[in-house]
Amino acid sequence: MTDGPIIEMRNVSKFFGPFQALKDVSIDVHLGERVVVCGPSGSGKSTLIRCINRLEAHESGDIVVDGVTLTNDPASLEKIRGAVGMVFQQFNLFPHLTVLENLTLGPRRVLGLSEDDAKARAMTYLDRVQIPDQAGKYPRQLSGGQQQRVAIARSLCMEPRILLFDEPTSALDPEMIAEVLDVMTELAATGMTMIVVTHEMGFARKVADKMVFMDKGEIVEVGAPDDVFNAPKSQRFGTFLNQILNH
Amino acid sequence: MRRLAIFAPLFLALSGCSGNWGWYVVDPTTTSGMNNLKFLIGGAYYTILLSVTAITFSVIIGLLVALPGLSDKRGWRAFNRGYVEVVRAVPILVLILWVYYGLPTLTGITLSVFWAGVLALALSDSAFQAEIFRAGIQSIDKGQYEAAQSISLTYRDTMRYVILPQAIRRILPALGNQLVYMLKMSSLVSVIGMQELTRKANELVVVEYRPLEIYTILVLEYLVLILIVSAGVRWLERRMAQADA
Repeated sequence: MTDGPIIEMRNVSKFFGPFQALKDVSIDVHLGERVVVCGPSGSGKSTLIRCINRLEAHESGDIVVDGVTLTNDPASLEKIRGAVGMVFQQFNLFPHLTVLENLTLGPRRVLGLSEDDAKARAMTYLDRVQIPDQAGKYPRQLSGGQQQRVAIARSLCMEPRILLFDEPTSALDPEMIAEVLDVMTELAATGMTMIVVTHEMGFARKVADKMVFMDKGEIVEVGAPDDVFNAPKSQRFGTFLNQILNH
Repeated sequence: MRRLAIFAPLFLALSGCSGNWGWYVVDPTTTSGMNNLKFLIGGAYYTILLSVTAITFSVIIGLLVALPGLSDKRGWRAFNRGYVEVVRAVPILVLILWVYYGLPTLTGITLSVFWAGVLALALSDSAFQAEIFRAGIQSIDKGQYEAAQSISLTYRDTMRYVILPQAIRRILPALGNQLVYMLKMSSLVSVIGMQELTRKANELVVVEYRPLEIYTILVLEYLVLILIVSAGVRWLERRMAQADA
């Protein structure tokens, strides 16, 4: 970590009407770092990562991604969205396109790849998520776990420097969670910078360099997984851990 | 086909039941009857050309008016509302007369009967198309926009490759409706002299004094056209449903 952080958030606040979703949040993420964000629902964890590629616009504070400060300026937004990929809870695949077309759309239209190059790239990443045989199918013909893996491959096709995951396994049946987490674990092993909002604490322990616990729009606790899991400093985090681990 | 099979006997029954009918004017076995029939059916060309051209323009204008209606900027939305409310409030017949007789005085450009008809029909229908497109686009899940944004697609590409293909599938039945509506409303362009089905019928009535038979043929002509359009739209819907499955 010789150079500065790839994501820098300084005193970021975000409101939805009168409701404050983020309260003065500051956090750094370095290149290659794996950050897992957890917290009760409504704590602002999804909002936090959605602010990073400006699916939500923050009201105050600074967000700097890969050296570019996030503003409404289209050029800087384009740069940041090019560097940041996102995987959604509901997959958000394009239902009218085949798996292959889902993967090649961005590379062809945004990166300017030829059809052949885009297809070759798509197949590389479908291999990576272990479903190359589903390339010609439509999303609805796949299981939830397969759809989410396609969504991960779609993000990877843009070759982002940072990948954001917004509760990637929350919409999945239990037996499909493992296949998605396996792909994410492998991805982490390649050195991809990842910020993952999830309640999968086993995954967090195994993969995370940094655990972030949020509650009521604030970052309450940050630390290495072993430290925070074994000895949570705040009472709120302790209570939360008890709730999700003992049921 | 089954529907036609119902109308054919009805046709024959009506022709036999009263001395007041004079089907000879359109009897295809006589030379004059055949000529009259050909004359009437000859209007189909302009009815179809006019409707298809007008609906093409109205879809394009409708889409261009619908998009500002989805903007988060109030000014754009106001433009959309203003256009829809004003255009929707003008009766088609009035618009046809205004475009053909009024517009040349205003602009100095004289439109042919055909293009005046196309313009009036397209403008009038575009307000409805705009509402159909707006509803269709609004029915697409917000997640689709977010996914498109997350892979850096531009607004144009997002609309073209992600949102509109899905929206158009959903609004296809409504677009089919508008085409049927357009075929019927094209009859109004007869008032400025367009040689389409209704105009031809009117002209023949003046010569033959047989309004009942000639207008009955006219009704059947529209019926056949519209049944063909309905079948076409249903075929398209089925084909798209298959592509989805």
